[in-house]
Amino acid sequence: MKFSEQWLREWANPAINVNDLADQITMAGLEVDSVVPVAGEFSGVIVAEIISLEKHPDADKLNVCQVNNGTETIQIVCGAANARAGLKAPLATIGAVLPGNFNIKKSKLRGVESFGMLCAETELAMAESSDGLMELASDATVGMDIRDYLQLDDQIIEIELTPNRSDCLSIQGVAREVATLNNCELTPADMNAQPATIDDVIKVNIAAGDACPHYLGRVIRNVNVTAETPLWMQEKLRRSGFRSHGPVVDVTNYVLMELGQPMHAFDLDKLNGDITVRMAAAGEEVELLDGKKVNAAADTLLITDAKNVLALAGIMGGEWSSVTDDTRHVFFESAYFTPDAIAGRARRYGLHTDSSHRFERGVDPALQSQAIERATELLLQIAGGEAGPVIEETTSAYSIKREAIHLRKARIKRILGIELADDEIEAILTRLGMQVAAAAEGWLVTAPSFRFDITIESDLIEELIRIHGYNNIPRVMPVYQSGLREKTEKQLAMQNLRQNLLDHGYFEAVTYSFVDPEWCKALAPDSKAIALANPMSSEMSVMRTTLWAGMLKVLQYNLNRQQSRVRLFETGLRFIEQESATLQQPMLAGVATGPLLSEQWAADSREIDFFDIKGDVEALLALGGGKIECVAEKHPALHPGQSAKVIKDGQAIGWIGALHPELQKTLDLSQKVYVFELELGSVCDKNVPKFNVLSKFPEVRRDISLLVDQKLSVSAIKECVVRAGSEVLKDIIVFDVYAGKGVSPGLKSVALGLILQDFSRTLIDDDVDQEIQKIVSSLEKELNATLRE
Amino acid sequence: MSEDLQELISKAQSAIDAATDLQQLDQVRVDYLGKKGVITAQLKTLGKLPAEQRKQAGQDINEAKRSVQTALEVRHATLEEARLKSILESETVDVSLPGRGQDVGALHPVTRTRERIEEIFSQMGFETAEGPEIEDDYHNFEALNIPEQHPARAMQDTFYFEDKRVLRTHTSPVQIRTMENKQPPYRIIAPGRVYRCDSDVTHTPMFHQVEGLLIDENISFADLMGTLDRFLKLFFENEDLKTRFRPSYFPFTEPSSEVDIQCVMCHGEGCRICGHTGWIEILGCGMVHPNVLAHVKVDNEKFVGFAFGIGIERMAMLRYGVNDLRLFFENDLRFLKQFS
Repeated sequence: MKFSEQWLREWANPAINVNDLADQITMAGLEVDSVVPVAGEFSGVIVAEIISLEKHPDADKLNVCQVNNGTETIQIVCGAANARAGLKAPLATIGAVLPGNFNIKKSKLRGVESFGMLCAETELAMAESSDGLMELASDATVGMDIRDYLQLDDQIIEIELTPNRSDCLSIQGVAREVATLNNCELTPADMNAQPATIDDVIKVNIAAGDACPHYLGRVIRNVNVTAETPLWMQEKLRRSGFRSHGPVVDVTNYVLMELGQPMHAFDLDKLNGDITVRMAAAGEEVELLDGKKVNAAADTLLITDAKNVLALAGIMGGEWSSVTDDTRHVFFESAYFTPDAIAGRARRYGLHTDSSHRFERGVDPALQSQAIERATELLLQIAGGEAGPVIEETTSAYSIKREAIHLRKARIKRILGIELADDEIEAILTRLGMQVAAAAEGWLVTAPSFRFDITIESDLIEELIRIHGYNNIPRVMPVYQSGLREKTEKQLAMQNLRQNLLDHGYFEAVTYSFVDPEWCKALAPDSKAIALANPMSSEMSVMRTTLWAGMLKVLQYNLNRQQSRVRLFETGLRFIEQESATLQQPMLAGVATGPLLSEQWAADSREIDFFDIKGDVEALLALGGGKIECVAEKHPALHPGQSAKVIKDGQAIGWIGALHPELQKTLDLSQKVYVFELELGSVCDKNVPKFNVLSKFPEVRRDISLLVDQKLSVSAIKECVVRAGSEVLKDIIVFDVYAGKGVSPGLKSVALGLILQDFSRTLIDDDVDQEIQKIVSSLEKELNATLRE
Repeated sequence: MSEDLQELISKAQSAIDAATDLQQLDQVRVDYLGKKGVITAQLKTLGKLPAEQRKQAGQDINEAKRSVQTALEVRHATLEEARLKSILESETVDVSLPGRGQDVGALHPVTRTRERIEEIFSQMGFETAEGPEIEDDYHNFEALNIPEQHPARAMQDTFYFEDKRVLRTHTSPVQIRTMENKQPPYRIIAPGRVYRCDSDVTHTPMFHQVEGLLIDENISFADLMGTLDRFLKLFFENEDLKTRFRPSYFPFTEPSSEVDIQCVMCHGEGCRICGHTGWIEILGCGMVHPNVLAHVKVDNEKFVGFAFGIGIERMAMLRYGVNDLRLFFENDLRFLKQFS
């Protein structure tokens, strides 16, 4: 909300400058966004009147104007399209200095002398844009300094209010705060109730009593809608961001800004029969003031008459009943609609109005009468007319009485950590308009009708400290129940996990959790994704079913930026729609492409392959311990010959492999990419070590070289060795795998180093020979392996 | 000593001096002192001498032998030194050349910041808690005292799913889940991803928060202020950092506050970063609202406490001088490498 400093000071005028005032209300919770002068810095600009004008002899677009400056008639050359005889406009006289330090001098425009410059609003830094000369009211005093005439020595203060403080959505509300904070007097505008001079009334029926507990109306006859809104009102409204729309609308806007009561004015001649406030029939069509048509839902409150829907209550008036230039008689509405009845409705219809903004946050239920009297007074002053009696309907839901809240002295100290003196507590609450009565352990406090945000003891405590000053509380460190907590050793710390990946050259990425459904489908076709109802864009419309979706996009982004070597990892949830629930599972994923090493002088590099990334994964998993295996298995996104399920202690925990070449092409990735994705929970499962007694006897190593079917996996060979070996077999090292020249096609050579050791004695050659013989014969029998000589 | 012997020594000396490597020197040794060497041969002539000369001659020959031996040793040392020197020279490398090996990666600045925040609070015994990102309406709003139609719902542009679940708009639901599952006291921080349907220069549809919650029997707003003031000073490693608490509104705290820090760029002088106010809004906090505690059945007469929410990206931007929020989610390697 924005407003004029001067207007505020009419209501509360503490002896502090505008910057201190802005700081003060900011620190009281009404955050000041900006303080902007209403006009730029300038001098020497006066009100002038164009007496006559004629075309410039040598320039089509220029006029030569004779202008009255209050003492004489001078000649001004002017290019504005709206220049015309009789127009009053600002005149920068010779010697004037305009914003931007622009000096006005006597000049010649295409040979014709000009003794100053007629100004547009932009030239006075009063508006961002303007269309021709600034048009002043016809009663403006010629010769008067424009700064005095328009009262330009003023600032526009814009505050951002939190939703609980709708009581401050008016000059009156802000002034109440300022008066409280400064302990200065509140000086409301002089307002007088207007007696009825005619008897006209309209019957008002409230059919939705909970939504509209209080409805006031008033007939004003013979209003001159063409009367000009006085300058002071126009300027105050302009500084609050309202344009002038003629006296009736201006008056309702003025009351809204001044008191905080949204009002509406109907054209009386357009009304048919009684007014009824009721809920909409579902789908009921309303044509609004702005020309838009909406179909109201059943939870929307309407103002209707016997024939038409007149308004979306508290949001916007209807086109049909609106005040126009032809309006003669007016019906004012000043009602209290409850927040529940209005909240969310305007938004649903794509509307946001000053009225709905206030009603959905809450309007003082005790304000309607004062507002309608104030509006009547102002309208009669400006546009004449005769007022009927105020029509007032209330329902059983109407109450301005507030429950008293028990405020306990001990609780104040408990919550704030400081002790406030009783008299300070009472003084603050009283200044805030609360009724304070002594009670057991403290007080009974009743908030004023406009502070419906105050409902519980904590609200009062906040008010106390808000006025006392948050920053007057000493800052201390808390004292709490101490104790040592569980600290499991069975869980790997994320820091260690991440550090391991960093040490292997991986950079951490953080990608959006919502991804392109096409990428999801391509990368995890078997997982069902969950779609957002209101995505930012189609490329961000489903929750990722695999972290690869976002990461490969990042990989692509970097490849497109001359980064040919990419190693990335990410941790985060994947989201898979399952029958009973949505799986939200923490995952750890990596993607890698490009050379093994970044280019360097001392090492030959090569493109990475499956075993590089497998090595990275093994190193990572080694942190947690356990038995890790990779089992060849096909995955729709992976190269069928380079794809494996990762198994930890017998449990499948993820995948590793080369991205399928077809998919790589589809995703427009220019080079071979290797990926892994693991269930983070399993990766973090950590074994607590268990010590095994060390043997005192030496190890023996025997190497054997086998010829086996090329398709036979090395892990099958190792398993066979383990089965055949006795307890003296301690370890198996695979030190060579070879196929090609010297080995028959279809076969491969696998070289194993077998480590043997006994606990009770030194193994002799015979023991070793026997053990190896047992193993070799098993290999021959079970795997059709032959020992290579 | 005989002239012959003198000459022999001087010839030996010449040969020793002429030797340019250890092999040549060894040949000289063999020539003079070896089994068939000339000095050794002299010793063999002793027997032919008359007995009275034999002793003197023997002494002279041994003297000559020692003298040659010493010369050999000296030369040996010199040549050995030269040899070592030449080996060392040949093995000398350009130590300015880069070392061989793997590059080291880097944490994402969001994680780096998050870990830093976690570490600082862990000193006070705050434990890290996590929760789901697809949340139900109850945990994201209702239990946090944000009923349907509450204007605060419009403050946060929410991503919805067809079944009315939401992407959590803040990490506050983790408070609720923690309090539902455990008995007080509570001392947790909950870092994680949050989502709002908003995207422009200063907003991304996903960002990160750290939620903090401390509930105990004797916790006040003064403790909240002390804790956060201390945290901010530690985080920015600036004991002189000024902080201020400003009344604000969050449905789930009462009293509520925004916390501003003195602008880290201009130190309060006023600049573009702080909108010329000298202050930067950095986090929201407050005493946990009684309605929230009621929802999770915590006795508010016995237990009180505070909660706070910190925007991780904002902290990272101020700490590392990142000028564009969107960089965090582009994951450009040239950006990520700066956090090594």
